[in-house]
Amino acid sequence: MGEAQEIWGEMRRLFKEFTKGITVENPTFSLVLGLCPTLAVSTSVINAIGMGLAATFVLLGSNIIISLVRKLIPSQIRIPCFVVIIATFVTIVELLMKAYFPALNAALGIFVPLIVVNCIVLGRAEAFACKRPVVDSIFDGLGMGLGFTLALCVIAGIREVLGSGDFLGFGVLKGFEPITMMRLAPGALLTMGLLIGLVNFWHLKRKTGKEIKKAGCDGCK
Amino acid sequence: MDVSRFITIMVSMVFINNFILSKFLGLCSFIGVSKETKPAVSMGLAVTFVTTASSIITWLIYRYLLIPFNITYLRTISFILVIASFVQLVEMIIRKSAPALYRAFGIYLPLITVNCAVLGVAVLNSQEFFVNSRPVAGGLLMAAAQGFFAGAGYLLAMLLMSGIRERLELLDVPKSLKDVPLAFIVASLMSLAFMGFSGFKF
Repeated sequence: MGEAQEIWGEMRRLFKEFTKGITVENPTFSLVLGLCPTLAVSTSVINAIGMGLAATFVLLGSNIIISLVRKLIPSQIRIPCFVVIIATFVTIVELLMKAYFPALNAALGIFVPLIVVNCIVLGRAEAFACKRPVVDSIFDGLGMGLGFTLALCVIAGIREVLGSGDFLGFGVLKGFEPITMMRLAPGALLTMGLLIGLVNFWHLKRKTGKEIKKAGCDGCK
Repeated sequence: MDVSRFITIMVSMVFINNFILSKFLGLCSFIGVSKETKPAVSMGLAVTFVTTASSIITWLIYRYLLIPFNITYLRTISFILVIASFVQLVEMIIRKSAPALYRAFGIYLPLITVNCAVLGVAVLNSQEFFVNSRPVAGGLLMAAAQGFFAGAGYLLAMLLMSGIRERLELLDVPKSLKDVPLAFIVASLMSLAFMGFSGFKF
């Protein structure tokens, strides 16, 4: 009985590690990490899914390897070691994408090699994988990767529908003049700003529901 | 050497294809460090220096190491390692020889290693100034120019943004939009303004 409970508790803990990347600690909306690829490739949902899966693969691979070798790496030179491991996985993704998805590779452009400097990957290596066992790191990597993919898809969905009247390449808005700006740089920044604002709004609303609202100058801070 | 080519690179890197406002490179530091003008300018100067130097170094490595040995698929790994060690080296030199300069932008140097603008310009150089694995004429100088003006464009955007955000601090804005979301919206309007430059033809 005790054993079964232990296994159940372990599974719940792992599930929590998995879901936190999608919800509370979402890398894009809560931690505001890895912005450059988020905004640059979110012009269409297909690109967003491709980028998200590529980043998930890199996150998963680097989390596993870093977690495995975490006791061998001296802490002074850990960052260069992490970067080399991450760069290796990015190169794998680059070569695979060039071989099997040349169109996607062309659409993502230089943002495929730039996964190396995506703060999410290095951030998870530094904050999680180098301190925790392999299984935890796998779930953390998967959760963070999927959270990133999901966030990308939300932004890309908004931009694709408003910017070209399509969703996943199918026309969904008929008789609607697409807003070209949404497909370009300003639209990406605007969508991102408003979405973060919305997330903040929800957080604030939940907080103010629990505690008494402060009046006066403190209220504005 | 073609002067018009340099002017094209300059105008295109600073205004038309501004790294932050139209290519989304270096956004994290752009949002993170642009709250006040002084650190923003220090960061911009540090980035300009590193992009210029690393453009030259990565061009040389690509030309004389990766292409002759036919190992261009190691581009990402070698570039990021070289940039990281170069930044570390510069940080150590500055700390020893110029403490005043170190206080001004030394603390921002480690941040720059993971700034996508630096790796981005190196990767762009390796794509634009090599045709079928052969360097174009004057490629090294043009790569250096591209690095420098990319940094200059970053500095310009940083300066404008920090000026605006300093004013925004004093205003009464909706609580949920305070700080980061508002910075994005301001960046969006700035990028809309910068799109006006895209009609320039040379």
